[in-house]
Amino acid sequence: MGMGSDMYRQQILDHYKNPRNYGEMEDPTFSHVGENPSCGDTIKMDVRLEDDGDTIEYVAFSGDGCAISQASASMLSQQLPGKTLSELKEMDRDDIVDMLGVDISPMRIKCAVLAEKVAQDGAKIYQGEIDLDKTKTED
Amino acid sequence: MKAQESYPIDVAAIREDFPILARKVGGDVTTPGEGEGDTEPLVYLDNAATSQTPKRVVESIVDYYYGYNANVHRGIHQLSQEASVAYEEAHDRVADFIGAEGREEIVFTKNTTEAMNLVAYAWGLNELGPGDRVVLTEMEHHASLVTWQQLAKKTGAEVKYIRVDDEGRLDMEHAKELIDESTKMVSTVHVSNTLGTINPVDELADMAHEVGAYIFVDGAQSVPTRPVDVGDIDADFFAFSGHKMLGPTGIGVLYGKEGVLEDMEPYLYGGDMIRRVTYEDATWEDLPWKFEAGTPNIAQGIGLHAAIDYLDDIGMENVQRHEELLAEYAYDRLSEFDDITIYGPPGDDRGGLVAFNLDSVHAHDLSSILNDYAVAIRAGDHCTQPLHDKLGAAASARASFYVYNTREEVDALVEAVGQARELFA
Ligand SMILES: Cc1ncc(COP(=O)(O)O)c(C=O)c1O
Repeated sequence: MGMGSDMYRQQILDHYKNPRNYGEMEDPTFSHVGENPSCGDTIKMDVRLEDDGDTIEYVAFSGDGCAISQASASMLSQQLPGKTLSELKEMDRDDIVDMLGVDISPMRIKCAVLAEKVAQDGAKIYQGEIDLDKTKTED
Repeated sequence: MKAQESYPIDVAAIREDFPILARKVGGDVTTPGEGEGDTEPLVYLDNAATSQTPKRVVESIVDYYYGYNANVHRGIHQLSQEASVAYEEAHDRVADFIGAEGREEIVFTKNTTEAMNLVAYAWGLNELGPGDRVVLTEMEHHASLVTWQQLAKKTGAEVKYIRVDDEGRLDMEHAKELIDESTKMVSTVHVSNTLGTINPVDELADMAHEVGAYIFVDGAQSVPTRPVDVGDIDADFFAFSGHKMLGPTGIGVLYGKEGVLEDMEPYLYGGDMIRRVTYEDATWEDLPWKFEAGTPNIAQGIGLHAAIDYLDDIGMENVQRHEELLAEYAYDRLSEFDDITIYGPPGDDRGGLVAFNLDSVHAHDLSSILNDYAVAIRAGDHCTQPLHDKLGAAASARASFYVYNTREEVDALVEAVGQARELFA
């Protein structure tokens, strides 16, 4: 059925069923958690930086929730290494939609951007820009 | 499984009255209404959230706006009188429909939620205090749960919740324990919008009255789907929403026993609810207008009248039977999946809705995929978050049926659920 969203193309289903970099890191430079209360999606992102204290070396994630949120986290964990923290903070929802490679319906965009927001807030907390226990996508 | 002949409603004829049911979907959602990419016939199974609107209801609203649009209770000119009569008669029609004594007992609100808040503020804020108890159920909709919870915080009263058992029914022994001498209000949902449970509200009313408490019955899912008589229940307060019973949005009903409403302070102050005003003080209009401050939702009240006429023509017994048959059929068919959890009582003892989860597919993913198959269901917590916590699910998928739904649409649902399972297998 070629309708509406082919939101669940092979790539997303693959990342959902076989998440990459799944699990908790032993020695992250920083970690942060977030949730999407309406879906019950939860994501924890662990980030390790290179010695320059700015370039992302490795990302792991853990969590639970819908396929869009989990696949997005899995893909992001592959995309982030090599980026600097300011590059991470500059990412927006278009980058996530591009990364997922599918149209995300307006009601599901919160699921898609959860991992990105968690990583960004984690970076901001690490750099002392904000103070936050938990990221929530509720806008 | 029941033979199709036993369905009491001529669904094909009814569907003709609902232009939206001929809609196709599947395209771009940023421009409302049917457009180019919309190719698949809609299967609308989200009636517990909002029902569709028959022509007759829309026409009653058009007639009002084209023929006698004017403010009510304010003008001596003809249009205002016509509007006032129609708006007041809508109250009479509602009273008759739910077995109230008369219009004095029928307050029009925006929806069930506002009716609940009206009582919480106009009655609860004045009557509740430390040492008082409000008894709710674990299956309350947020409309009641959050309202009484916050009111309890304001007044120092305590809130207790009647337990829901493993089959999704109220533990009536627990109810007996909780509804004690300190109880001032029992607020309970009549038909659960998540579990489909039909609660024994008349028994709860007896328990409440035995200790001198009031009972508020949330009829948002019961009035649209079955005959309801507030007198038989002996409810002190009762509420429902027009948009779930073929009516327009923006109109809801608070029923209150006349003596109870009489003793209550107004909720909103302003025009239309006063009798005499001086710079120093004011006195209140008679019931129900004392609780309808400001220009009300006139067109919507008139639309609700038309919706009730439409439902009565079908017959509420028939509506109920139709819902039961579809719910039972859906329950049986969905039970064919071995990794499904269906919440609430068995298929032959529930309202016309089925909430469920698959082990393998998150409810939101399921709803998105069903949307690809043009099947509209609800996915989420259905405004019962604490109940979902108890069920151990952040969200669930819910299909809910109404007078225009068919067995074939249930088949389409089941087919699409099967496709989703395969995709995620
Ligand atoms: C049981 C129940 N109570 C209350 C409500 C609230 O209705 P409304 O949103 O029209 O105020 C609903 C529907 O959403 C409901 O299903």
